[in-house]
Amino acid sequence: MAQIFPRWANEVPQRILLGLIIFATATVAGVWYYFSPEYTDVGYAPEQPIEYSHKLHAGELDIDCQYCHTNVFDSKFANVPPTETCMNCHNQVDGSQNPEEVQKIRDSWESGESIEWVRVHNLPDYAYFNHAAHVNVGVGCESCHGRVDRMEVVRQVEPLSMSWCLDCHRNPEQNVRPVEEVTTMGYEPEKDQIEMGRELVAKHNIAPPTYCQSCHY
Amino acid sequence: MSTDYQYAPEPALVKGDHSFGSITDLIAKTPLSPTPKLWYLAFGLANILMITLLGAIGYLVWDGTGIWGLNNPAGWGWAIINFVWWVGIGHAGTLISAILFLFRQGWRTAINRFAEAMTIFAVMCAGIFPAIHVGRIWVIYWVFPIPNQMAAWPNFSSPLLWDVFAVSTYFTVSLLFWYVGLIPDFATLRDKAKSKIAKISYGIASLGWTGSFRNWWNYEKAYMILAGLATPLVLSVHTIVSFDFAVSVIPGWHSTIFPPYFVAGAIYSGFAMVLTLMLIARKIYGLEDIMNIDIMEKMNLVMMITGNLVAFAYLMEGFIAWYSGYIYEQGIFWLYVVGPYAWGFWILMFCNVVTPQFLWFKKIRRNVAITFVISIIVNIGMWFERFMISVASLSTDFMPSAWDYYSPTFWDIITYIGTFGLFFTFFLLFLRFLPMVAIAEVKGVMPQADPHNYDEETNEFDIEKTKPVVVQQEQTV
Repeated sequence: MAQIFPRWANEVPQRILLGLIIFATATVAGVWYYFSPEYTDVGYAPEQPIEYSHKLHAGELDIDCQYCHTNVFDSKFANVPPTETCMNCHNQVDGSQNPEEVQKIRDSWESGESIEWVRVHNLPDYAYFNHAAHVNVGVGCESCHGRVDRMEVVRQVEPLSMSWCLDCHRNPEQNVRPVEEVTTMGYEPEKDQIEMGRELVAKHNIAPPTYCQSCHY
Repeated sequence: MSTDYQYAPEPALVKGDHSFGSITDLIAKTPLSPTPKLWYLAFGLANILMITLLGAIGYLVWDGTGIWGLNNPAGWGWAIINFVWWVGIGHAGTLISAILFLFRQGWRTAINRFAEAMTIFAVMCAGIFPAIHVGRIWVIYWVFPIPNQMAAWPNFSSPLLWDVFAVSTYFTVSLLFWYVGLIPDFATLRDKAKSKIAKISYGIASLGWTGSFRNWWNYEKAYMILAGLATPLVLSVHTIVSFDFAVSVIPGWHSTIFPPYFVAGAIYSGFAMVLTLMLIARKIYGLEDIMNIDIMEKMNLVMMITGNLVAFAYLMEGFIAWYSGYIYEQGIFWLYVVGPYAWGFWILMFCNVVTPQFLWFKKIRRNVAITFVISIIVNIGMWFERFMISVASLSTDFMPSAWDYYSPTFWDIITYIGTFGLFFTFFLLFLRFLPMVAIAEVKGVMPQADPHNYDEETNEFDIEKTKPVVVQQEQTV
């Protein structure tokens, strides 16, 4: 009786098995790396309507975050300033480096049309987040937003994934600081972070929830 | 006092005057001959139903579980009923293939391939329901413990999660068991096939089986190990399915009798389904010699025993409700009997308590027509059992002000009917292309497989009696 399969068919099962192992490993590794917000979201830096530099304003000029983002201690939402806030200075300051960008602010002021800033830090609609709840117990701006004072264009530096939230909710002492230092960029604790953190957790009665409905309802 | 006991040999398991060769021909005939017209008709009908199912699922994913008849107290409806029903049906296969194998029940060989196929397809139908009932099916992978950026992790104290593992393990082991058993038969088909495509397809499926001693040795070991692995699964799957109910605190669910009662019910319905399918298939494919009346009677006995176990469990539910002195338990029992779903309860009582009593009579056990009717009634009864458990207990729970009557919608009904399309699509493919009886195994229970080469009178070696063994060589080409 003639053979149905050629001789090399003997090796096919082993090769398929080897191929499957490689494929499965590559799939797991690929999903692990490429599908995580750390890959997909970190580094998101959309182009803004005005080339506004946080590095200049918050860094070199050392303007406090709250000068523009006024509501962070009171509201769940950290507001983006209106044109009027910019005009406090820019009705005088022409901006020698970039006068045409400053002109855009003045145009907005003249016409009354808002500048359409592009939101950088997006949480899903099903996740409830409250800024005031965080900054009032000493979660620093830079803990989530990074060193904004060094950014020419604001970009996302943390993944904002659920496990990233939970990392801090489960161990808040690793990240909290005195409330008066919240807006400080490049804050260095005077003593050991964990020791200070534990004291602050006790002082502010910090008990971050980790059950589902605390953020999803 | 002396009685003469006569040795009464067991009746032959394979009827008719069959040799090994004629058994091979009988079974291999179907996969290797052209497709009959009637098969296309049946397959077309099954396909239409399967497409209906896909449509119903598509609309469910699009619109959400609101298209079903679920309401506030009755958050579990037909999806769970159908899941438990199909998983229950899927129990006969592994019982027949694993437990009866370990107990050396030769009659299993007539139906084991058939029952295992039914098991696999039934579990596939069952698996659809828990998957689609979650609503957001695109995040179904959350039920598996996969490390993820959400730090979300399955709740290991939930029986619903145990279910995921129980059913997927059961499916995997059943599939492997079925496939291992098929390998020698695939080789037989490969060797008998005339067309190139058939030769290559069966050749790939038979994994290079040559019929050598080493092949058989590995095969027997693998089969034994898988039978050992599958045996606890027969009991564990439906035990865990029953935990879905029993671990919660709803009266009518929170009961320690549930695991054995569910397992008995599962075997009961599984055997009924095997009988329903077998009685049709043996007629169409002319397999009456193999799937004969003796086999049917043995299956009826299994149904009689498990049916009475189930009936006993119903009785105990009533007894425990009274004996516990717990008013909610008593309340739910009375609501079963005279409440809004009393019609379901009495259908259940008729199908599952009255019907198995007919099987005490040998004449009925050996009557094909009556057995066929009973096998269908049993599965209707088992569906209503799950209906009563799921819906009646939920919709009349602790607080009468919250009670609400549950009715299925159009989508509930066609999703259920659609699963028959899925089931029969696969089953018809099985009947058409695979050997529906384990050729190699059924030969093992024929007299030719157990040659007695000594003359019974003189106890002398008889060369003539070795002849049938020569027939055995024929199959391994």
